[in-house]
Amino acid sequence: MDLAYTEAEEEFRRRLREWLAGVLPGLPPKPSPDDWPARRAYDTTWQRMLYDAGYAGLHWPVDAGGQGATPTQHLIFLEETERAGAPYVGANFVGLLHAGPTIAAEGTAGQRARWLPPVLRGDEIWCQGFSEPDAGSDLAALRTRAVRDGDDYVVTGQKIWTSHAEVADWCELLVRTDPDAPKHRGISWLAMPMDAPGITVRPLRTLAGSTEFAEVFLDEVRVPVRNRVGDENDGWRVTMVTLSFERGTAFVGEVVACRRTLDALADEARRNGRWDDPVLRRRLGRLNAGFRALWRLTQANVSESEHTGVVPGVGGSVFKLRYSGLRQELYEAAAEVLGGGDAFDLDREWVLDRLSSLSYTIAAGTSQIQRNIVAERILGLPKGR
Amino acid sequence: MDFQLSDDQRALRSGMRDLLGAVFDRDRLRAAVERGGALDRSLWRELGAAGFFALRLPEEAGGVGLGLPEAVLLFEEAGRALLPGPLVATHLAAGLVKGAAEGEEVVTAVAGDLAVAHLAEADAVLVVGAEPPAGEATGAESLTGEALRAFVAAARPVRSMDPLTPLHSARAVAERAPAATERTPAHAGRFRFEAALLTAAEQLGSAARTTEAAVQHAGSREQFGSPVGAFQAVKHLCADMLARTEPARAAVYAAAVTGDPVEIAAAKLLADEAAVRNARDCLQIHGGMGFTWEADVHLHLKRAWLRAASWLTGAGTEELLAADLGAAGRLPRSSAAPGRPVREAGGGG
Repeated sequence: MDLAYTEAEEEFRRRLREWLAGVLPGLPPKPSPDDWPARRAYDTTWQRMLYDAGYAGLHWPVDAGGQGATPTQHLIFLEETERAGAPYVGANFVGLLHAGPTIAAEGTAGQRARWLPPVLRGDEIWCQGFSEPDAGSDLAALRTRAVRDGDDYVVTGQKIWTSHAEVADWCELLVRTDPDAPKHRGISWLAMPMDAPGITVRPLRTLAGSTEFAEVFLDEVRVPVRNRVGDENDGWRVTMVTLSFERGTAFVGEVVACRRTLDALADEARRNGRWDDPVLRRRLGRLNAGFRALWRLTQANVSESEHTGVVPGVGGSVFKLRYSGLRQELYEAAAEVLGGGDAFDLDREWVLDRLSSLSYTIAAGTSQIQRNIVAERILGLPKGR
Repeated sequence: MDFQLSDDQRALRSGMRDLLGAVFDRDRLRAAVERGGALDRSLWRELGAAGFFALRLPEEAGGVGLGLPEAVLLFEEAGRALLPGPLVATHLAAGLVKGAAEGEEVVTAVAGDLAVAHLAEADAVLVVGAEPPAGEATGAESLTGEALRAFVAAARPVRSMDPLTPLHSARAVAERAPAATERTPAHAGRFRFEAALLTAAEQLGSAARTTEAAVQHAGSREQFGSPVGAFQAVKHLCADMLARTEPARAAVYAAAVTGDPVEIAAAKLLADEAAVRNARDCLQIHGGMGFTWEADVHLHLKRAWLRAASWLTGAGTEELLAADLGAAGRLPRSSAAPGRPVREAGGGG
């Protein structure tokens, strides 16, 4: 058991820090959250800078155009970029973290050559068409139909919670190609060009007032059969393969960000006098313990995946369960630190964060689904009701 | 970075589990309960012979020469098995009190207004000074012979809630004691934090054990025609138990590697919470059986409550963790931190 980084890892960190210190001051100002084209431009510019510096697709395999970095290097990258206040992966999220890795793992040589380099260069943006109004936690119940017609699939249905749909070039789309098969076995994975006729994007306004995602309506959209990754009706497995790509690093940046926020809360409380309240201090102290532990758990998960080459069993769901709840508690404490009218002022960063954090126990698998996963797949309890 | 157990550490842990399985099985556990936790001196010597107490003494001093991470693994196993006795105090007394390292002597400890465990059977008691500022090193004295007898005579026996841990209340005595004795220098700051870490390791072992027991019961007990663990109301309790245990494990192991007082405080807080709440959930999942003397779960809960009230506790721990936060919150590194003097990257907020 050792928490010290190797000389090579420290060298990687030093080089990265130097590079960040050099390029971050030259970044344009952050765009308004509601200006999607500007957000896309900002995020893709950052991706291009990473590409030019040799940091694009750090955790992708070398033969997919990535850097083949170790999980520990990836951890250091996410940690340092967050600490330096570098842009978040943003609009590149689906391309870099889901669609790209899926194509890298399951695509043909031609598909990899077509789709992967533009993701790494920041030339193309992907969105995700998985969830549907009646297929949320039960994703495999999805009903969007794809019917073969010559060299095309004709796709009709509706997707929801699609981030970046307004500005995406491609959509990784799960469709039902065999309505008669058991639900997990009739699904296929398609790359749908977002400029195809028949696609309507309607932004959804969140409770935080922003338009973070959209509904996507598909009316007889033609998607070429050659855009299918993996075999027909094998899309569920193709999709699940990718979930093992993050190797325990999924929340590194978020945990670092939470610890920065917690420090800032303490500083603010000392400044505005609320630090004198022992109940508030102790609450912040407990949060310190919680986030320190999550950081150590992340390091443990990354070390484990470095040893085994696979995603840690205990890692993902246990981590998300604790992290999502703790981050919500963080912003509850932030409201107390702000106090008075400040706690309700949407121009205060933490107030908006408090609202956004309400999605953490819902998005990417609700806490209830995570508990099912932990209980059934890790603890071995029977599947049930 | 390689934050995984080494092969040697795994072997040490499984060796300890095997040893406890052989010398302290369930029959012996229940026998210990029936005699009110009175110590088995031959078991104590077996632990000594296995290196449990001398683990961290240097080899030239007759010890095993290992460190806190290894000690934490042994104490985790002890916590799993509900091994009774002042394990933490005797381990920390190795090298300070003659015979402690070998398991020939039973050493307990008293700090502040904490209850004293196994005092009547103890050959020595370490008196740790009042709560020092975080990380500050102060003296601890060891009482033996006449001073010990006087100390015991003045202490008040408590009818202990934990059947595995006889207790004395010795607050007033502890305040008077140091002046009346010869002094063995030790570092109370270091002592206090290491005691907290090893106690946290016992809590971790208990939390993992009650999770297993709950899962085992939920998977076999049938109601309404299916194992109760198939019901989400029950399985979600089990999932939350693991979700408390694993972050606590990461915190305890990391604190053992760094020796950092703030990290130890975090580990103790999370391990206390995991042990106590997991034992509560385990009891709940056992239903009526969980409320019986016969089921072992109450033994875990009572021990967990007692350990949570030992060493770094509640408010003081939370204040220590709060003081660490923010630009103003950079505590000086203390003698309790044999690790690197500055926190490693990522440790700082």
